[in-house]
Amino acid sequence: MAKASKARDLMKNEINASSMADIAFLLLIFFLVTTTVAEDKGITVKLPPWSEEKAEEIKLKSRNVYSVLVNAQNQLLVRNQPMDINDLRENAKEFIMNPTGRPDLAEKPTRAIISLKNDRGTNYKTYLEVYNELKGAYNELWNEMCQRKYGKDYSDELPFAVRKSIQDEIPLVLSEAEPTSFGKE
Amino acid sequence: MSKFSKKRSGTSPSISTASLPDIIFILLFFFMVVTVMRTAELKVRVFTPYVTELTKLEEKSLVNYLYIGRPIQKFQALYGTKPRLQLGDKFAELNEIPLFLEKHRVKVPESKRPRITSSLRVDGDVTMGIVQDAKTQLRKSGQLKVNYSAKKKVDSERF
Repeated sequence: MAKASKARDLMKNEINASSMADIAFLLLIFFLVTTTVAEDKGITVKLPPWSEEKAEEIKLKSRNVYSVLVNAQNQLLVRNQPMDINDLRENAKEFIMNPTGRPDLAEKPTRAIISLKNDRGTNYKTYLEVYNELKGAYNELWNEMCQRKYGKDYSDELPFAVRKSIQDEIPLVLSEAEPTSFGKE
Repeated sequence: MSKFSKKRSGTSPSISTASLPDIIFILLFFFMVVTVMRTAELKVRVFTPYVTELTKLEEKSLVNYLYIGRPIQKFQALYGTKPRLQLGDKFAELNEIPLFLEKHRVKVPESKRPRITSSLRVDGDVTMGIVQDAKTQLRKSGQLKVNYSAKKKVDSERF
């Protein structure tokens, strides 16, 4: 009898926590296995609504249109000139802002329209890279303007009014034409 | 002085493991927070391109995923090597997209429906034909907010 009471005394009020680590490890391993590192990032675009009627043709001054064609061989034709994708961003920026007032570039940023057309045989990778460069050109211009006006980079966290004031001055107008189907899919 | 020497001469020292559970728990919570449950087993090979201008998708529950790519090795005997569309966890035809979108839409509270985004996870080597057809289907069913899934490109030249 004396022995039993002694054992109880030794236990006192402590819970044995040595298995806690094991339990936590088990849970940890479960989550490690099921984890996929979130790569939910990408280029967000807004598609134009579908309409059955044919869109009416709008005449635009050719100086305001920046046409980008991508063929099935993943080559670029920008304003009827072949171009390397690495030059696209700078070229597009120059076209939109037209800093030197050239007569063959956009009248002003609000009039500039980017027209993108690809082939059904174009690689998706190339298409996305072209899209990325065009979006990047606008992003850089927005950044520059935002730095000038407000002293900080353009980002989605900025107040809506600030973003709107910048977007009004340099609106992103990117029109995608129906793709051609010359190339092999 | 005798006090100090007495302490050191005790039995072999052992590291206290009392804080081990706490450390493990911190790790556990970290992984619980960053975990995204694998929603679907990929049956097509999707290796998204690298780009620089990325935006993050906000709410997971408002996103539906469309995978386009070539079937992985296991399914090539059955489905060939042509790029295919995968919705949920099975292969699908393009005309099944509207139903797929509707099924997701009804699960979302009505106030949040305008913010539903379709994430297009497309393999870089796929040609635009099938992507274009999928886009047309999305436009026809009024799903205009689209995100082309991509990975961050580390660009040493520009910055």
